[in-house]
Amino acid sequence: MLGQILLEDDSVFIGQSFGYEGDNLSRMGEIVFNTSMSGYQEILTDPSYSHQIVAMTYPLIGNYGVNQEDLESSKVHLAGFIVREYQSNYSNFRSEQSLKDFLIEHKIPAVEGIDTRRLTRHIREKGALRGIIAIGNWDEEKLKDKVRKSPLMEGLNLVDSVTTQSQYDYPANGRKQYHVVAMDFGVKTNILRMLTERNCHVTVVPAALSSNRIMALSPDALFLSNGPGDPAAVDYAIQTISELIGKIPIFGICLGHQILALALGAKTYKLKFGHRGGNHPVQNLDTGKIEITSQNHGFVVDQSSLPSDIGVSHINLNDQTVEGIRHKNLPVFSVQYHPESSPGPHDSSYLFDQFIEMVKKTKS
Amino acid sequence: MPKRNDLKKILIIGAGPIVIGQGCEFDYSGSQACKSLKEEGYQVVLINSNPATIMTDPNMADATYIEPITPEIIELIIKKERPDAILPTLGGQTGLNNAVILAKTGVLDRYNVEMIGVNLSSIEKAEDRYLFKEAMKSIGLSVPKSIIATDMAQSMKAASDIGYPIVIRPSFTLGGSGGSIAYNQEEFEKMARNGLDQSPISEILLEESVLGWKEYELELMRDHKDNVVIICSIENFDPMGIHTGDSITVAPQQTLSDKEYQRLRDYSIRIIREIGVDTGGSNIQFAVNPEDGRVIVIEMNPRVSRSSALASKATGFPIAKIAAKLAVGYTLDEIPNDITHKTKASFEPTLDYCVIKIPRWAFEKFPKADPTLSIQMKSVGEVMAIGRTFKESLQKGLRSLEIGKPGFVNELHSVMDEIDDSKRERLKEELIPKLRFADPKRIFYIKDALDVGLDIDSIHKYTQIDRWFLYQLKDLTDFEKELLSPLSEMDYDLLFKAKRMGFSDQQIAILSKSDEQTVREYRKSLNILPTYKLVDTCAAEFKSYTPYHYSTYEEEDETFPSTKQKVMIIGSGPNRIGQGIEFDYLCVQASYALREEGYETIMVNSNPETVSTDYDTSDKLYFEPLTVEDVLNIYEKEKPMGAIIQLGGQTPLKLARQLEECGVQILGTSPHSIDLAEDRKNFKELLNRFGFLQPKNDIAYNMDEVIEKAEMIGYPVVVRPSYVLGGRAMEIVYTPEQLSVYLEKAAKSQIDFPILIDQFLQEACEMDVDAVSDGKETLICGVMEHIEEAGIHSGDSACVLPPITISPKVCKELECQTARMAEALKVQGLLNIQFAIKDDKIFFIEANPRGSRTIPFVSKATGVEWAKIATKVMVTKRLDRSTITIPVVNHVSVKEAVLPFGKFPQEDALLGPEMKSTGEVMGVDSHFGTAFAKSQMAANLILPSHGTVFISVNKNSKSKIIKPMKTLVQLGFKILATEGTRLTLLEHDIQTDFIHKLDEGRPNLVDYVINGDIALIINTPSTQRSIDDGKYIRQTAIRHNVPLFTTVQGLIAAVSGIESLANNDLQVSSLQELFNL
Repeated sequence: MLGQILLEDDSVFIGQSFGYEGDNLSRMGEIVFNTSMSGYQEILTDPSYSHQIVAMTYPLIGNYGVNQEDLESSKVHLAGFIVREYQSNYSNFRSEQSLKDFLIEHKIPAVEGIDTRRLTRHIREKGALRGIIAIGNWDEEKLKDKVRKSPLMEGLNLVDSVTTQSQYDYPANGRKQYHVVAMDFGVKTNILRMLTERNCHVTVVPAALSSNRIMALSPDALFLSNGPGDPAAVDYAIQTISELIGKIPIFGICLGHQILALALGAKTYKLKFGHRGGNHPVQNLDTGKIEITSQNHGFVVDQSSLPSDIGVSHINLNDQTVEGIRHKNLPVFSVQYHPESSPGPHDSSYLFDQFIEMVKKTKS
Repeated sequence: MPKRNDLKKILIIGAGPIVIGQGCEFDYSGSQACKSLKEEGYQVVLINSNPATIMTDPNMADATYIEPITPEIIELIIKKERPDAILPTLGGQTGLNNAVILAKTGVLDRYNVEMIGVNLSSIEKAEDRYLFKEAMKSIGLSVPKSIIATDMAQSMKAASDIGYPIVIRPSFTLGGSGGSIAYNQEEFEKMARNGLDQSPISEILLEESVLGWKEYELELMRDHKDNVVIICSIENFDPMGIHTGDSITVAPQQTLSDKEYQRLRDYSIRIIREIGVDTGGSNIQFAVNPEDGRVIVIEMNPRVSRSSALASKATGFPIAKIAAKLAVGYTLDEIPNDITHKTKASFEPTLDYCVIKIPRWAFEKFPKADPTLSIQMKSVGEVMAIGRTFKESLQKGLRSLEIGKPGFVNELHSVMDEIDDSKRERLKEELIPKLRFADPKRIFYIKDALDVGLDIDSIHKYTQIDRWFLYQLKDLTDFEKELLSPLSEMDYDLLFKAKRMGFSDQQIAILSKSDEQTVREYRKSLNILPTYKLVDTCAAEFKSYTPYHYSTYEEEDETFPSTKQKVMIIGSGPNRIGQGIEFDYLCVQASYALREEGYETIMVNSNPETVSTDYDTSDKLYFEPLTVEDVLNIYEKEKPMGAIIQLGGQTPLKLARQLEECGVQILGTSPHSIDLAEDRKNFKELLNRFGFLQPKNDIAYNMDEVIEKAEMIGYPVVVRPSYVLGGRAMEIVYTPEQLSVYLEKAAKSQIDFPILIDQFLQEACEMDVDAVSDGKETLICGVMEHIEEAGIHSGDSACVLPPITISPKVCKELECQTARMAEALKVQGLLNIQFAIKDDKIFFIEANPRGSRTIPFVSKATGVEWAKIATKVMVTKRLDRSTITIPVVNHVSVKEAVLPFGKFPQEDALLGPEMKSTGEVMGVDSHFGTAFAKSQMAANLILPSHGTVFISVNKNSKSKIIKPMKTLVQLGFKILATEGTRLTLLEHDIQTDFIHKLDEGRPNLVDYVINGDIALIINTPSTQRSIDDGKYIRQTAIRHNVPLFTTVQGLIAAVSGIESLANNDLQVSSLQELFNL
């Protein structure tokens, strides 16, 4: 069946559907590209892609099928998926089903046959645009109208739609040494795994839980998860965190990092087309060493807005943007990128060790 | 940290001649390194014995030594140049091995030379099987179960411990040389013995077989701050069991999930840290069990490798250049990414296309060699293709091979054949062993198998190729059926889909029973044109500035043809015997020359090993198959003023006529003139017109005519099919009996008539003359005298410039005849003529009005960049003598061919009219003898200074051996000879001991050779019988690396070399000194 992508600047990309088709299905979202060559399964299930239509720059997708182990959450969060050539025949000793069946199961529209390089170059020039993925025959004007009426990513609180409704526990892998409360803005499973592997018992709580109720759980530390949307729109979490700074050690990743920065008094802004991929070089300013990182963000912390007691710990070597901050006096730090990887390189997993060290020090 | 200022002068070791397993990729890496270090202000000293390289162009280094790459010679250079550092990681295994010896023998310490890029202990840890195994164990990684053996007893015990099949890997050899897999004890004994022989330290590693496991390679870079990045992952289409150099490979990896890929990435980083490669590139190979994902480390190369060249071309990340910069102290984050300008080298390239490498073999040249692919590399070249999908890349790659396959097509039958059930069953039977034991045609047999209905599981079972790849092939096979209809019935959608899947116009023409031209016109009428995308390291995330293009069928085209005056240069495609690096050298020189003159240059080529496919060699690079379709598409897009076709060997020549018919302006000598010289009849008339001589010759159109006409011309004669490259299927026959043997063979291998018959001028001296001309004015580039007599292919013959036995008068006459021929053929550019001189009479053998294989050697020997001059003639149509300075030459240069017989033990190591060499070396000195000795040394044959010489020559040669043998005796050599030869020598008072012929009893020569008692072998056969007798002797010589000469002229040259070595100390001179540059 025909599948098409229409952008807010009226450009059109036509291909064939290979995912869920439904009945004249269309979904709106921000069109972004991801440059990872592997890891489509983790990308599909990463809650941070909520309300986004993701185009993979690597043209062959579906090669190794889908398995249950590599999911980053229980559902697919992105609005639509775009590839150059879908691989209906997959081969891997761990695969359990085809990508197509997985997409259908999760009711996600997907289009193949697209000149994804053209689309990428378009986004690179114009910036991330609103768009629509539409399956079947559609009246173009109607689609254009829908896109124009869709909300802008800026100012959009998407955390509410992905955060857990109720608190749950993720027990430590071995002996429980630390109790970490994780504020769920759309957390990826591998983050929880990285923590539990380090003897943390993690209590995952809804994003809107108040600081008092968090402290009532008597945690050793607070973790701020990744997630979708504009950090500035999650005002209640900014408030909560600002009340907790100085009380317990805090570690944030991605949206968690942005919300932390906002709580510390800094500002965030939207990048032209964001960073999404597994090859971004980040420099650790303490050691001078370079980490190849996994990234997925459209917003970034404005370096010039950082208060004087906050230092920049990491920068992106491609565009010199802030990739990590650390409080100069308090046990508080965060990174913009994804040290838990999944997908992507494992160069930065040491940050979890640093977090544990920090918790240990504070505790003793 | 910025670059080191304590280093001023750096020595780079090149890789020497092109051999199987070490190809021209090291010219690419060496050139990049030289440029990169010079750019940083270092003085660069270079040693490389291979004159056909861009890196040995005198402007690439401050001091360029075309000298044998041996520890002794390098020491001489170090002593003379006193470099501060040596960079050994860019010259392949040769560079590394020499550096190890220099370090171990204390030479580096003695002269205070620092090894940069890698250190001795890392090299040893990576290369020594035992140390490597222990190192892997210490970081928790597994390697195949293995045992090291240094003799047969240990080997046999190890084999019973490990079990069969078992892998045998000799230590410290190139390209897996001597490596093999044994399935039973009998095979094992033979292979283990061979392996022990081949290893320079008589050591083999016996290893558990992981046949059929998935095979991966990762290319890494590390800087001295311990930053590590992975440049590229490569997955082998052919699983473990076939040498990666002989495997079809794909980048990036295709069938691992991110979790599994990241595991390999983590392991690689752990390995490079453990081995301790300080800076630069490394390559690590893994095997992955397809059933459970278990990972085994196979090996690591602590240097830039063949795969690094591929990875560089596949990603746009210039590994060698960056490796050189890292070696002098930079860190990855300090080096800019040339392609994006904005980002740094400290990142991991991401691809938005699929790259395929396909090897090219030359078994047609070695009919006795076993074409089964195994763990010893046998291919001589490779192609790379880029497309947006695997299917598109594969088809582009297959047509890039230039083996007459327009894409993924059948081998045993045609897709259009009606196949009944019985034939289908027969084909299945026939195919199963062909799938099981891979040879170069396996990919095409898979097509046959899919067509006759073998299912994916069966094909997987026989080939162990991952199902994902097989499904890709099945998709192509299934889709192909839709193209079995008349062209007019194909609509836009179908044809566009076909093009997107990589089907060539030629394939579509065959399937639709049309012709390529019609398909092309029809396709263009539907407006289905290729789009050109960019290789940019970043999947379009950043704007890129480097026009490195590939074609695909998409919506958006990214080329922006300029309005400048521009010239297209058509490259030489995959390396093969007869067409190698020499032609790439010419194309690169052409591009440099045109850029100097202000033209924009457009390079088209399909060979990833080359300098021509470096993205900064030309203004624009199109990495594309060299077919009429692909070249025309680019031509029509770019609209250059014309195309240069005379520098890339046969590849562009074959396209010339068709391109011209399609409106391409050919620059330089017209294809008509080129054809004229190829056409025997016309060429004969031309010679007659001038009164020039030619050996008697004729053309025969059937068997009877061959016999009849050979008789008329008179034996011996040279016979060959009329359209051949590098003298294929060409033979000298001395008797009617030999001729009928030849014809029988010809009939079996389906050689086409007509067959050409030439009088063979026995004992004539062969000459090569290269010239540049504008059709009026002609300049002689060089006159070369062959060392071996006429009848040995010029590509295999050693030659000397200037000539040493030919009189100046004859030379002058050669030059005159060359100039007249240039005028007659209206040459614009280069002309090569081969002459034979007999009794001071000059005979034309052939004239080729195009760039020849010898131009790079001539350029290095004369100090003039002839290809550049010729290129300028092609565009200006004028040769201006006044602008050319020709240095006075006071030295002698000898070119020697390097032969691959060591890799093909079943082949007879005899030289003949069919070219067999893979590469060449050059020796330079003020005396011929020393220059010759150096050329032998460079070809890895050390002329002895003492010891025993074995000689066995045929009747005709006997009178000529007296003088050289007397010299050898005077120099203190002991002589052993077979009976006939011995009698001749005794008649001339040369004391000679008798030795048994092989069938006369023992100890015979072979026993002496094996025991290391023979220093030099001279064995000249001429009749068929002694060819067979001598074969075993020659094979033994090669196996034991004893210098072997099969011609009397070779003997004379060798003796002159031995004499010079005995009387003079070896001196080294740089090109800059020789030519006062």
